[in-house]
Amino acid sequence: MDINATLLGQSIAMAVFVWFTLKFVWPPINAAIEERQKKIADGLAATDRAEKDLHLAQDKAKEYLREAKEQASAIIEQARKRESKMIDEAVAKASAEREQILEQARAEVEADRSRLREELRKQVASLAVAGAERILQREIDDAAHSDILEKLVQEL
Amino acid sequence: MADSNISVQGYINHHLSDLTIGEGFWAVNVGSLGWSIILGTIFIISFAWVGRRATAGVPGKFQCFVEMIVEFVSKNVKETFHVKDKLIAPIALTIFMWIFLMNLMKLVPVDWFPVVAGFFGVMFYTPGLPEYAADYSFLEQIMAHKWSYMKIAPTTDVNITLGLALGVFILILGYSIYYKGLGGFAKELSFTPFNHWSLIPFNLVLELVTLLAKPISLGLRLFGNLYAGEVIFLLIALVGLAQLPLHFVWAVFHILVIVLQAFIFMMLTIVYLSMAAEKH
Repeated sequence: MDINATLLGQSIAMAVFVWFTLKFVWPPINAAIEERQKKIADGLAATDRAEKDLHLAQDKAKEYLREAKEQASAIIEQARKRESKMIDEAVAKASAEREQILEQARAEVEADRSRLREELRKQVASLAVAGAERILQREIDDAAHSDILEKLVQEL
Repeated sequence: MADSNISVQGYINHHLSDLTIGEGFWAVNVGSLGWSIILGTIFIISFAWVGRRATAGVPGKFQCFVEMIVEFVSKNVKETFHVKDKLIAPIALTIFMWIFLMNLMKLVPVDWFPVVAGFFGVMFYTPGLPEYAADYSFLEQIMAHKWSYMKIAPTTDVNITLGLALGVFILILGYSIYYKGLGGFAKELSFTPFNHWSLIPFNLVLELVTLLAKPISLGLRLFGNLYAGEVIFLLIALVGLAQLPLHFVWAVFHILVIVLQAFIFMMLTIVYLSMAAEKH
């Protein structure tokens, strides 16, 4: 087999093919590959970030939950305190009222008693006067002895 | 080929020669060059088609395949060629895919294309039939027709492999001059390996031989491997029915050779060009 012009033809064809590859084959394919590599890298980074965010959010949620529990127990505690306070107040008020009512009743009773006593005294006096009148009707003048009777009534 | 009218020697010669046009040095091996250009065109058109439709999203299967090759080449280039250069990777890709496809044609059984081409020749192009074959049988006429000499595995033609090597040689010169300047390149040729003015002629002889040995070894390595494989395919084709298992085994083995030789050619090109581009 001889060396002939095929050799030159092949070299020229090679130059043409290399040029074509340089212009139309390599750049778009390589660009696509690099773009995809970038996309994948970005995606992985985003995944990492999302995972971090998730952890953060979980921590925050735990924090919130803990705070909420604390607040709830504080509120319950406060409610309980207020409840007992209200009960105490009601009890105090009720007992005060009771005292007052009792006092009033006592005063009324006292007033009644003194009035009744007065009345009784008067009746006793008049009874005594009537009795004495009957006894002494004959001998004592009503008008002459009324001052003695008055004194008597006073002493009762 | 069990036809007794065709001798063993004639059969092998038939397959190893190519359909040529022209005389002497200006003859062109139509089979090798034509198929080499067809295969190169298949390569660039299919890859450019992928490139046009390339998406950075989910790639199709063919795009995946192409990207695998591109990344394979890209990785090898990055590992070997440390100077920043836009041309080197496309060169490597072209060389790899083109030589791979040209080598791949060897897996087509050796008689298929000659018979088909010869058949079309006898049917449609009677001037291509030699005069002595006028009273041959039809099959013999097919094999005697000029077109049946067409060779479809271009890398078994030394012109093709040396043509590629010539391209690489020109690239080596271009890279040397581009990166080191004409003076720097001349200085490197004159003052290595012995850095003394009196040894310049000796250095020049050594360095020029080294420089020339690169493309020649590159071309002859590919040619030798593929040509030897082709001869063995031809010998296997001569042994009758026993060729079936033998051909299978040799073809399976050749799958390795095909990829390996394309890879070696590509790697050596990258290495030579990186040697040309880097300052020592």
